Amino acid sequence: MNVELRERVGSAEHESQRGVALRLMSDTQSPDRAPDEREAVFDLAGVSCYYGSFRAVKDVTLDIGRNSITAIIGPSGTGKSTLLRAFNRMNDLIPTARLEGTIRYHGIDLYGRSVDAVEVRRRIGMVFQKPNPFPKSIYENVAFGPRVGGMKGNLDEIVEGSLRRAALWDEVKDKLKTSGLALSGGQQQRLCIARAIAVSPDVILMDEPCSALDPVATLRIEQLMMELKENYTIIIVTHNMQQAARVSEETVFLTMDEDRAGYLVERGPTAQIFTNPVNRLTEDYVSGRFG
Amino acid sequence: MTADPIIPSTGRTRLAAAGARAVTEEALRGGQTRDRLTSALFLSMLLLGVSVALLSLAAILVWSIVEGAPRLDLKMITNAPSTLRPHEAGFRTALLGSLLVVGGVIALVVPVGVGAAVYLEEYANRGRWWNRLIELNIQNLAGVPSIVFGILGLAFIVRGPLSLGFVAAAGSLTLALLVLPTVIIAAREAIRAVPPSIREGALALGATRWQTIRRQVLPAAMPGVLTGIILAVARATGEAAPLLLVGAVTFTTVNPSLFDGAYSTLPVQIFNYSNRPQAEFRVLAVAGVIVMLGLVLAMNSFAVWLRNRFEQSW
Repeated sequence: MNVELRERVGSAEHESQRGVALRLMSDTQSPDRAPDEREAVFDLAGVSCYYGSFRAVKDVTLDIGRNSITAIIGPSGTGKSTLLRAFNRMNDLIPTARLEGTIRYHGIDLYGRSVDAVEVRRRIGMVFQKPNPFPKSIYENVAFGPRVGGMKGNLDEIVEGSLRRAALWDEVKDKLKTSGLALSGGQQQRLCIARAIAVSPDVILMDEPCSALDPVATLRIEQLMMELKENYTIIIVTHNMQQAARVSEETVFLTMDEDRAGYLVERGPTAQIFTNPVNRLTEDYVSGRFG
Repeated sequence: MTADPIIPSTGRTRLAAAGARAVTEEALRGGQTRDRLTSALFLSMLLLGVSVALLSLAAILVWSIVEGAPRLDLKMITNAPSTLRPHEAGFRTALLGSLLVVGGVIALVVPVGVGAAVYLEEYANRGRWWNRLIELNIQNLAGVPSIVFGILGLAFIVRGPLSLGFVAAAGSLTLALLVLPTVIIAAREAIRAVPPSIREGALALGATRWQTIRRQVLPAAMPGVLTGIILAVARATGEAAPLLLVGAVTFTTVNPSLFDGAYSTLPVQIFNYSNRPQAEFRVLAVAGVIVMLGLVLAMNSFAVWLRNRFEQSW
């Protein structure tokens, strides 16, 4: 993707928040969701993430639209993974972590008193940077989520459907009982994606899913993402700007402030962020001048 | 080199190749004599250590088999002990007593030990000082002399709050307390060795904490946990001193039961026989050693087989 450089006159805004074009939902939806939701899937207002007294993410406000791929880009250490993990309450696992501000998911406060983190994670799944299949068979890996979630239905069909949608079925259909660890890196990551899909989530969060993979496996996973967005909302953290440019429709750029807290510099349609960013910092980053 | 089609055989390349070859040969000629000597010395010390361990074990086995073989027969296992007729004496009551006591130990130590390890590793907030204190205490308990547990058992289990009396259940409880720290420590190490990525993966799928532990963490930690149980059971089988304090008698002809009556165990019975003046009793004692070794070996083999079934590779 070519980045056009332009001379900027005048000072760039320090924090430029863009209004989001809310995506109106398409017809492709899983049947157990209410049919008439027009609001954004996520709505963040003034979100700050703390580890003890250290603020890792500062005052993020943005929306995430349904059935889209949103990429979060930025240099290392700017709190991208922390922010991503806040979406499905994975930061709760760290004793000193806490959140200020609100994250609304379909209008409901995710960190509200009556909200159970386990239920949140059944609807908002996650794929990690290093593929982490369980040390069990491929079938057991994919079946784990439905089993613990008490999903009804034929387990064999659920497993096959998930593996098909993760573009892994043809490669493993005759060795479902072999260990998931015996697969290659790219296959393991697709297995992790199949595992996440098996619980029929609403949203899939991906934390640098391809950074441990070779270019061919990366391409396959990116193709998979484009197919998956028909049915799921995807948020991906990536260091790879070309990847962000290739797959995402919306891009969010975070960078670090002097107090080492990450803050949102700019967000908007991917094409605009990469060709015509508003903020100087964004332009410097996407054109490779730093980071 | 001259026949190589890719690298042209000019004078300069031949010279370069010769130079490279010479450098490599020189470098590969091997370390100096002093390095080789120290490696050889180190290796021989390691071998010495291994052979001392193996030879001691072999010596015990060989000695016991040679000495005790004359009395090794079915009669020895099925007969009750006797002080008057050495040729008729056997280990039946002691063997049954051992099986009862060790069975009780396993039944107590596995749920309590594994449960404590799971709590300490998964649920306890290590920032709190009392949790650190608990950890420290458990590690210290593993080193307490076994006779102390015998006194503890006498005071609190045989008499005192539990007042079970001098029965096999009291022996089980006492030994269970003795070997519990070993199981807890081994289980904790095994649970700690399970990579956090496995837990994160399970939790991210919407599993509760307990589901993650029961279905992913514990199965993956099984080999280490079983090792701890093997060590604990082997120690419990061979303990004599604490049991003497909680009522293991050196002589009983009545088959034991858990909650009433006298009981004995193999080590205690062997101790009794080896103290007798008649030579036949000493042979009998050694035969008892073989039986005890066989019992421990059988239990260990079962646990190793179980462990292999759970073996995973990361």
